[in-house]
Amino acid sequence: MPRMLPDPTFYPSPKLAGDAPAESLAYVALLTPGDNGKKDALGVVDTDPESPDYGTLVGKLELPQGGNELHHFGWNACSSHLCAYAPNPHMARRFLVLPGTNSSRIHIVDTEPDPRKPRLAKVIEGEEVIAKTGYAFPHTVHCGPDGIYLNALGGKNGEGPGGIFMLDHETFEVRGAWELDRGPQYLAYDFWWHLGHDVMLTSEWGTPNMVRNGAIPEQLLAGKYGNAIHVWDLRRRKHLQKLALDADQQMVLELRPAHDPRRSYGFVGVVVSTKDLSSAIWMWMHNDATGQWETRKVIEIPAQPADPELLPPFLQGFKAVPPFITDINLSLDDRFLYVSCWGTGELRQYDVRDPLEPKLTATLEIGGIVKRTGHPKTGARALNGGPQMVEVSRDGRRVYLTNALYSPWDAQFYPDGIRGWMARIDAAPGGGMSFDPQFLVEFEDGLRPHQVRLQGGDASSDSFCYAD
Amino acid sequence: MHDSSFPWLSLLILGAVHGINPAMGWLFAVGRGLQLRDRRAVWRALGPLAVGHALAIVVAVLLALALGRVIPGRWLRWAVAAALIATGIDGLLRHRHVSLGGMRVGARELATWSFLMASAHGAGLMVLPFVLGAASGGMAAMPHHDHAMPVLAAGLSIDPLGITAPLVHTAGYLAVTAALAVVVYERVGLGILRRAWINVNALWAGALIVSGLLTAVL
Repeated sequence: MPRMLPDPTFYPSPKLAGDAPAESLAYVALLTPGDNGKKDALGVVDTDPESPDYGTLVGKLELPQGGNELHHFGWNACSSHLCAYAPNPHMARRFLVLPGTNSSRIHIVDTEPDPRKPRLAKVIEGEEVIAKTGYAFPHTVHCGPDGIYLNALGGKNGEGPGGIFMLDHETFEVRGAWELDRGPQYLAYDFWWHLGHDVMLTSEWGTPNMVRNGAIPEQLLAGKYGNAIHVWDLRRRKHLQKLALDADQQMVLELRPAHDPRRSYGFVGVVVSTKDLSSAIWMWMHNDATGQWETRKVIEIPAQPADPELLPPFLQGFKAVPPFITDINLSLDDRFLYVSCWGTGELRQYDVRDPLEPKLTATLEIGGIVKRTGHPKTGARALNGGPQMVEVSRDGRRVYLTNALYSPWDAQFYPDGIRGWMARIDAAPGGGMSFDPQFLVEFEDGLRPHQVRLQGGDASSDSFCYAD
Repeated sequence: MHDSSFPWLSLLILGAVHGINPAMGWLFAVGRGLQLRDRRAVWRALGPLAVGHALAIVVAVLLALALGRVIPGRWLRWAVAAALIATGIDGLLRHRHVSLGGMRVGARELATWSFLMASAHGAGLMVLPFVLGAASGGMAAMPHHDHAMPVLAAGLSIDPLGITAPLVHTAGYLAVTAALAVVVYERVGLGILRRAWINVNALWAGALIVSGLLTAVL
C-alpha cells in the first residue's frame, strides 16, 4: 500500500535531516571470509542506550549462502525521493539491497514488519545481473530519485570495464548498464553524485582480477591500480572529465561529496602512495570560472616506521606500516570528515568547514597492524583489524566503526585472522571523539562485519536536492 | 458552443488541483530558487511550467477532437473512459518517472518536464470529459446525434474549446503553483513537505477511474 504522507525518514535537506531522531538500530553486513561453512548474514545491533539490549546483536538474518563477500549495501529509497524532478515520496524506506561482491548475487532484504527481524524478500542471482548488465562483482548501492543505482567492479571475466547499473526501485528488476558514453573510464570502485549539479562521480580501485586474490605487489609498484576519479553527466549518462591524481597515488576509494546540494566539492580517500606508503585525502571541486573540475591533495598521512617482525610478509620489506585509508565519511553538515586508517589503527576526525584546509580535531586508536590497541570495554586485551567502514549518524553525534576490509586483503594484512568488532564513538558537537565504553559488539568467529547502515538513514545513505 | 454549458469553473478548479500537487511543478520552482539562492529563479520557473502543463492539455483536447471527427461520439466517449480508467489503474499500481530529469534545467527542459509530468498523470485526459460534455451540449440541439455527421459538425463547432479549455485550466494551475511556490520559498520552507505532502497520486488515480466510469455510463 502506498503511504498517505512521505516516509518520515525522508528529509528535503541535509540541514533538516540533522534534526532526525537518534537511530535505535544499526544493520551490519556480516560475511564469511571465503567459504568457511557459515552463511553470510545481515546483523541487527541495538543502538538505543535506553534499551536493555544496547550494544548487542539482537537479530541476524542468514542469507542462503556464504562466500558472497558482502561489502557495501543500501536502501531502496531515501531522501532523494523528495527531489522535484522525479518525486516519489510515498515509497517507504524499507528494503536493504545487499550485493555480494564475489558472487554478483543481489539480496533484497525487507526490514518490515519487525525491523529487528529482517526477512529475505528476493535474491537476484549473479547470472541474471551479468546477463542483463554485462557487469559483475557489484559493489556500491545508492538510492537515486529515479531508481536504485549500483556499480560493479568489472565484467564476468574479471576484467574491466566496471560501471553503473540500475534496479527498478519498486520491482527490483535489473535495468541494465547505465552509461551511454563511458569515455576513458575502465576501473571502478565507488560512485556518488552532486544531485544539485546533475553530476556523478566514480572512483577507481582495480579490476576484479587485480583484487579478488589479494593485492598484487608488482601491479601496485607498477602503478596499475586506479589513480583517478571520473566526472559524469548524471542526466545524460555521459563521461565528462577524468581527473587523474598524482601518479604515485594508488587505489582511489570512497567518494564523499558535500551533502549540501549547492556545494560542488567533495573528498576521496587514496589508500597508498607508491612513493612513501602514505595515504591521502583529495578534494575535488568545480571551478566556476573555467567550468572544469579540479583536484587537490588536502590531507596526507605518513606511514609509521615499524619492526619488520611485527609486520605481515607483504609489508616486511618496507619496515613501515602504511595508514591505508580505506573508508572516509562526511557528517551531514559537511563539517567533519572521518578518516579510517585501517593499517595504523587510527580513526581521525578533521574539521573541513574550509575544505581546502582541513584541521585535525581528534584521533582515536583501536586495533592496527602493529599496535593492536584495545577498547575501554576489553581493557588490555588486544584487538585486531582496524577502523574500516565508518558511519556517522544523521545528527553527527555518533560514529560507528567496523574492522574488516575485504577477505582476501584481510588475510594479507591481518594474517592471524580478523576477529570482527563494531564500536560506537561519541562525537562532540564542536569536535572531539571518545569511545562509548559500553558499546563494543564482538562477532562470532568466522563472521566479519563490513558496512553499517543506520535505521532511518545515515551520513552516507541519503542524498538531497535542496539546501534548506 | 453554448456559453452556458462551458464548464469553466470545473476546468479552473481542476487546474488548481493540479497546481497543489508538489510533483506537478511548484516544488521544482522552489528547488530552482533554493539552489541558486535567487527568488527570481522561482518566478522564472513558473512560465515554462505553465507552458508545459498547457501543452499537455492542448494535445489531449486536440487529439480527442480530431478523433471525434472520424469516429462516432459514443465511441469517443468510451475511448476516453477507457483511457481514464487505464491511466488511473496504472497510477495505482506503478509510479511513473519522467526520465532524463535533473535539477539543472533550462526553460525549455522545464517546460518539457512539465508537459511529460502532466501527461503521465493524465492531466489532459481528465479535462476530456468536461470538453466532451461541452461538445455534446453543443450537439444537443441537433437531431440524430448517434450519427457520425453531427459529431463531425460538433467537432467543427467546438474547436475553440481546444484553446479555451486548456487556457482556463492552466490559469487555475498557474495561480496555485505560483502562490504555493512563493509562499513556500519565502515563508514556510520545505519542511512542510514532510507534514503536508499528501499522496495525491492515489487520490488522483481514484479520481481518474471514477471519472472514466462516469464518462462511460453517462
